[in-house]
Amino acid sequence: MTPLSNLGASLKMTAQRDDALASAGTNRATAGKVSATEVSVFYGDKQALFDVSLDMPDRMVTALIGPSGCGKSTFLRCINRMNDTIPGARVDGKIILDGEDINDRKVDPVLLRARVGMVFQKPNPFPKSIFENVAYGPRIHGFADNKTELADIVESSLKRAGLWKEVADRLQAPGTSLSGGQQQRLVIARAIAVSPEVILMDEPCSALDPIATAKIEELIDDLRSQYCIVIVTHSMAQAARVSQRTAFFHMGAVVEAGATDEIFTNPRDTRTQDYITGRFG
Amino acid sequence: MLIWIALLGLILFSVSAYVAGRRKVLSAAGGRARLMHSLPGYHGAYLALWTAAPAIILLLLVSMFGAQVEEVVLRADPPAAVSALPGSTQDVFYNDVVATVTGGQISQTVYDGALGEAFAEKLVQARDIHRNLTTGALIAAFVLALAGAAMAWPRLSADFAARPRVERWIAVLFLACSVVAVLTTLGIVASLVWESWRFFQVVPVFEFLFGLTWDPQIAIRADQVASSGAFGAVPLFMGTFLIMMIAMTVAAPVGLFAAIYLSEYAGPTVRAVVKPLLEILAGIPTVVYGFFAALTVGPLFRGFFNSIGAQFIGGPLDGLGLYLMQVQNQMALVAGAVMGIMLIPFVSSLSDDIINAVPQSLRDGSLAMGATRSETITRVIMPAALPGVMGALLLAVSRAVGETMIVTMAAGLQARATFNPLDTVTTVTVQIVTLLTGDQEFDSPKTLSAFGLGLTLFLITLMLNIVALRIVQRYREQYD
Repeated sequence: MTPLSNLGASLKMTAQRDDALASAGTNRATAGKVSATEVSVFYGDKQALFDVSLDMPDRMVTALIGPSGCGKSTFLRCINRMNDTIPGARVDGKIILDGEDINDRKVDPVLLRARVGMVFQKPNPFPKSIFENVAYGPRIHGFADNKTELADIVESSLKRAGLWKEVADRLQAPGTSLSGGQQQRLVIARAIAVSPEVILMDEPCSALDPIATAKIEELIDDLRSQYCIVIVTHSMAQAARVSQRTAFFHMGAVVEAGATDEIFTNPRDTRTQDYITGRFG
Repeated sequence: MLIWIALLGLILFSVSAYVAGRRKVLSAAGGRARLMHSLPGYHGAYLALWTAAPAIILLLLVSMFGAQVEEVVLRADPPAAVSALPGSTQDVFYNDVVATVTGGQISQTVYDGALGEAFAEKLVQARDIHRNLTTGALIAAFVLALAGAAMAWPRLSADFAARPRVERWIAVLFLACSVVAVLTTLGIVASLVWESWRFFQVVPVFEFLFGLTWDPQIAIRADQVASSGAFGAVPLFMGTFLIMMIAMTVAAPVGLFAAIYLSEYAGPTVRAVVKPLLEILAGIPTVVYGFFAALTVGPLFRGFFNSIGAQFIGGPLDGLGLYLMQVQNQMALVAGAVMGIMLIPFVSSLSDDIINAVPQSLRDGSLAMGATRSETITRVIMPAALPGVMGALLLAVSRAVGETMIVTMAAGLQARATFNPLDTVTTVTVQIVTLLTGDQEFDSPKTLSAFGLGLTLFLITLMLNIVALRIVQRYREQYD
């Protein structure tokens, strides 16, 4: 993959990545697409994350589970450097994306975030039309040279997010007019419109009803073939359903990480066992 | 004097009612507040309220309407000598009678003969009426206080629900206060409308609203018909509009950008310093801005334009040069610019609140898409905040329109229909000030025109405020 420092020139190339090759799954890497080494985060004097090391492989869903306040979201926000936007936050340690440290001074966080998309807990469509919401990223990064290209990107993104059929006849309606579950899929479409390599999801279903949740989970499963997905969730069942790898966070540190089957059927640590069997958290 | 003693007595009376009521209920419950429906204090307050409130209401009514009642009774049976007098002299006569009794100002009129007897007779009658009314009111208040206490006293028992009843009294008190505020506003509007109506009987509405000449000075000359003064308000509204536009040209971009900087870029330290400073700017009295404009900015601008004019003299732009050489200290530009500075903190603190109200999730969403800060601001935050910001700007406009002091000092007093910012202009508010300062007769069209101007201005700012608040409100609903 391209080095991050001259990412700007290569963004278009990335955007037109060959989906066929990607979905074939021939390149199922076992080494991490994203790999964190001894990451610590401080908010002012308070340390929120303690030496977290974790590999997140490509074309797999990695679930981060753990009780509230254990640092899952904080860790997630390190991967696209969203912690930079919080005054007083400091990140130590290394996070390698495709062989390059994203905390390197040469890396522009703005360009990094185009490669590492994020979906938030609460659906946050912009106060714009459905079309403009999805076109937002391609517009600011100059992915489309003309209107047809832009419309194509919007259409394919909405299709991949499984929302196209529901909104095809009202693309000019405001994004906020959709239901909660539709809004969340709109936001996912917005994120994949810039063809990211990694998608971070911070409890994407916690504000949704079970039916909308099922749709999002289905979508995550579809997207897995093309992206490296990292999802924070409070639902054990969801982690078991959608993820291939799971990391259990506790008190700002990773207690145990591994294949999801392994973690759920045969946890090595007693704290993990207590948590997944519902004895605390 | 008597009324104050009565009030003091009433206060003492209700305090003792409070203490007595408390004690009664406490002893009825055997000193254990937990067995009672309401805390003992509520029982005391309930008794005290019934003691004081009816009596106070009566005393208030008497003090408000007592004088009118006295006069009506006094005039009921006029002596022949007085009925023979013309109406206005009768008024003077009765005024003098009442004033002699209550210690007001007495006219110079000397009453003698039949009139003198009538005066003496009415004086005695007025004294009687006044004394009867006052003592009657005091006695009635005393009786009411006793009756109230007597009515409330037997109700007090451990089971009595005193708490909700006191709560209702408190609600009534708050209601009364808000009614006072509303009634005052209504009164002001009514007087504006009434006086304007009188004005528009002399000067036609059409001439006032569309006339191009404003020259009310002629109107007060005794040898002229009042309405021959020129009361065309267009130059005033043009001046107001011109200065408002200049002020908004300064205040809108500076205030808005300052707000964006403060809410989106500034770190906590900068914010902690800059925000209070801006608020200090908002606390400067407008009169200080006024003399800042007149004494500092005015001469500065004049010097600037004069020196530019000097460059043009003798050249192809000779005429322009001559004009610029003659620019004075007082001009619309100075007043507008300083007013704009005055409005900056107003615009920026309102916009700051509105921008801060845009949910953080939108900011995060945009930044996580790989947008820069300024892209996030122009493409996501401003569109979301725009209605609110428009509302804030409209509120600033209505303040600019109503501002008086700066314009009085820095824009001149000449009413001219011009959009040239280098001219002296005058505004509606400034004209109202000049019309009503000094000795004036209050029924000449000149002074009455102030009410016409005031009413028009009031309607304009009212409309602006309604529109602005509506916009701000709709914006709030969207995100709450």
